[in-house]
Amino acid sequence: MISLSYFLVFAAALFCIGLYGVLARKNAIAILMGIELMLNGVVINLIAFWRFRSPEMITGQAFGVIVFAVAAAEVAVGLALFIAIFRRRNTIAADEIDLLKW
Amino acid sequence: MEPSTLVWLLPVPPLLAFFLIVFFTNRSKTVSHILGITAALLSFVGSMVIVTLAIRSGHLGEEPFSSVLNWFPTGDTWFQIGVWVDPLTVATLFFVAITILMIFIYSVGYQNFGQPKGDHDQPGLPPHGATVVDEHGHKHKVPSIEPMYSRFFAFISLFAFGMYVLVVSNNLLTLFVGWEIMGLCSYLLIGFWYAKPSARAAAIKAFLTTRIGDVVMLLGLAYLYYLAGSLSYDVIFSEETLHLLTSTGTPFVGISAAVLIGLFLFFGTVGKSAQWPLHVWLPDAMEGPTPVSAMIHAATMVSAGVYLVIRVFPIISAGMQHGEPTLTMNVMAFIGAFTGLFAATIALAQNDIKRVLAYSTISQLGYMIAAIGIGAYVAAAFHLFTHAFFKALLFLGSGSVIHGVEHGVLHTGEDIDPQDMFNMGGLRKKMPFTFWTFLIGGLALSGFPFITAGFWSKDEILADAFAHANWPVLIVLAFAALLTAFYTMRQITLTFLGKSRTESAEHAVESKWTMTLPLVLLAIFAIIAGWPGIPGDFPLIGGFIPNFVHEFVGETLSEHPEAIRFSWIPLLISLGVSLGGLALGWWVYRDIPAGAPDPLEKPLGPVYKLLKNKYYFDELYGYIFVRPSLWLSETFTYLWLDRTIIDGFLHFVSRITFSLGGVFRNYIDKPVINGFGDFVGESVKRIGRSGRYIQTGRVQQYMIMALIIAFGTLFSYLFFISQP
Amino acid sequence: MTVMQVIFLVTAVVSLGGAVMVVTVRNLIHASLWLILTLFGVAVMYGLLSATFFTVIQVVIYIGAIAILMIFAIMLTRRVKQEPGSSVNNNWWLAGLMALVLFTALVWMLSTWPGFQTTLPELPQDFDSIKVLGTALVSPEGYVIPFEIASFLLLAALIGAVAVAWERKS
Repeated sequence: MISLSYFLVFAAALFCIGLYGVLARKNAIAILMGIELMLNGVVINLIAFWRFRSPEMITGQAFGVIVFAVAAAEVAVGLALFIAIFRRRNTIAADEIDLLKW
Repeated sequence: MEPSTLVWLLPVPPLLAFFLIVFFTNRSKTVSHILGITAALLSFVGSMVIVTLAIRSGHLGEEPFSSVLNWFPTGDTWFQIGVWVDPLTVATLFFVAITILMIFIYSVGYQNFGQPKGDHDQPGLPPHGATVVDEHGHKHKVPSIEPMYSRFFAFISLFAFGMYVLVVSNNLLTLFVGWEIMGLCSYLLIGFWYAKPSARAAAIKAFLTTRIGDVVMLLGLAYLYYLAGSLSYDVIFSEETLHLLTSTGTPFVGISAAVLIGLFLFFGTVGKSAQWPLHVWLPDAMEGPTPVSAMIHAATMVSAGVYLVIRVFPIISAGMQHGEPTLTMNVMAFIGAFTGLFAATIALAQNDIKRVLAYSTISQLGYMIAAIGIGAYVAAAFHLFTHAFFKALLFLGSGSVIHGVEHGVLHTGEDIDPQDMFNMGGLRKKMPFTFWTFLIGGLALSGFPFITAGFWSKDEILADAFAHANWPVLIVLAFAALLTAFYTMRQITLTFLGKSRTESAEHAVESKWTMTLPLVLLAIFAIIAGWPGIPGDFPLIGGFIPNFVHEFVGETLSEHPEAIRFSWIPLLISLGVSLGGLALGWWVYRDIPAGAPDPLEKPLGPVYKLLKNKYYFDELYGYIFVRPSLWLSETFTYLWLDRTIIDGFLHFVSRITFSLGGVFRNYIDKPVINGFGDFVGESVKRIGRSGRYIQTGRVQQYMIMALIIAFGTLFSYLFFISQP
Repeated sequence: MTVMQVIFLVTAVVSLGGAVMVVTVRNLIHASLWLILTLFGVAVMYGLLSATFFTVIQVVIYIGAIAILMIFAIMLTRRVKQEPGSSVNNNWWLAGLMALVLFTALVWMLSTWPGFQTTLPELPQDFDSIKVLGTALVSPEGYVIPFEIASFLLLAALIGAVAVAWERKS
């Protein structure tokens, strides 16, 4: 039987891989991809909990929908930002965008 | 009022005059001299009243006029001061009051009151004369008024105050106060013309020399007070005190306390009355104006010294065994006789008219002291009395002479010393009043027989010496009398007789009445003052007038002294020396032409030079005392002690402080304190400089750091803080 | 081993493998393609969880819009010269460590939780999740306010993205 643990571990793994991608990758868009992975892990967590713990309440799914919407919005804005940055600085490697350094 | 109350008031008018002149009337010459003369007149009248009352009282010796008041507390008793009028005081008061008044009146004329102001007269210098234009347009130079006129009257008023205090006091302390006031005034008055360096030097010399005497005298007073517990006459001259003094020993072998005190007090007199060895100040004191010389050296100050030894005669003669003189008396006799002869020899070779009189004063004071030394109490007091009159007369007369010659100097414009006798001559015709009064005074000094006062007093001293068989004193004093007569006649002959030796003497004029009136009055006294002292058993004349002096003054002592029996020998000696000296003096010095040298020069040879230079005592003292003192003050104290050691020490301390400050600054302040501050700032900067690299500007690194911290916090919370 | 478990395992392996490739490959287009694969796997997961709406939404929104958008962005931000150097920055080992620590902590913590091994409950009959979800999202007793706010957010994001990326005519 599939227990909740399966999904939770899966979601955790997805989240951590996404975290690695955020922290380690140079390219900004790669970082964004990492963020997407993390968000997906979160939603899976949410839905898993909904399904296993309180399926009669639809709150879990509603929450998931909102997270989706936010993720989409964020990707849009983020990419717009990256494009603007690229136009200015001609690079989107995260460690080259360090104007606020010492 | 009570006589003793009046006595308290005697010194007051001159003191008031002094203060009033100094504070208020300095500008007005007229008011100043009116104040001064009024003060002298008041004191004179008061003194005469006292004298009259005293003589009338009959037994003044046993019951003198006295009154005391408490001055300051000493333990459980009071130190009392007061007044005391006994016969000695009366005699002294008499001549002091008269001579002071005469000198005050004389000063008006002497300081040229009424004359115009001088051409270039400065305060501090003697007046040099004013130019007046008469009706024909001729310019004449006349004597000018003294610029410091009021100051003079202020000082002589203070001087008079000091003398009155000394005479009327009933204890040795106020006597000393009067003594010192007169010392101060003599300094002020000798240095009256303070812009003259010689006057300044003379004033300092006078003050310091008398100071030496004063210090020793003060020691004597202190010792006396210590032994007797008081300084009042009625205590210290009482039987018990005298007995105590003679029986108390001193650290010096064989000298009792009485002798020691007597010697110390005598030393004060040696200073004040210019006896050898402290005689050097008196001739130099002639730098002051002539009334000052008269006052100081005739009437008052030097008499004060003799007055002191006469007053303390009970102490000096305490312990006399069968008429044998005490040690003190022997010392006094020696010094007195020696000084008498010594000064007389110097006077022979002096050319300045005032200097001769100065040495003559020293010599006569020696007489008086020698008289005390041989126990002739009454004779000493008598000679003091008569000497005051004729010496004051002689000094004032010499002042008149100088004035007359100065008038001539101003008229002719000659550049000569108006005081040098060899520039005078023939003044008999030009200045008759001065001549006759001076002659009377000179004869009195020489002891001209019978009519002059000096004869009777001098004769009494010689008679006393003869009667006590004191041959050394007799011979010395007789020889000194011969010399006295000789140089006096020399003075009179050179000044008045013969022909004028200079133009100025030709043009000399008689002085004004303010100067000649005192001369005449004093001349009268110079004649009559001797007659009250004619001994009772004198042949022919004796007995008409009772020997008032002997009876009256002799009462002062507790044991009335015996009258000396008359003897022909001292009389003949007196007659011989005085007449012989006068004749010799006239004969040697008559008809000296102008420019001729002193006739004594050749015969005396090198001795003359010695006499003229006063036995080189001034040079000797200068070498022994003055130069070392100057060295001590200028080099030792000022240069070495003060500048080098004390200032050097201070500079050293300041340098140490300075370098200590430097050390503090450079080794503590800068490195430690500044360094610490700088260190804090610097380390913050350094930390910042190295710490800022955390801010890389890379977001991913920020996130990693945040995560690490978050995990750490979470970790520690879960596992350490909240345990299940 | 039930059917569900097998499907789950396969899906999980595919998703996680794809995820690892996403964060590892150098070429960004490749990464985005791997991302699409991963997202597909996640969609299947949703299906396993009976959240059918999410499955569809995942494919339509994530893969159809977001992943495509990313590819567009990659194209637009390409440099002429392909950037040399590694695809990861200097602290990649620290990042890996952090991820590992986090994963371990999470799993360990979850394992201590009693509800960890909950079994799959039965859904109620006639449970039409889409209908229920739709009703919940628009009913005032439901989640209409978050829904409206989410729509505001999307509007703002839209305008913002346009504004940020607007090319100024210089």
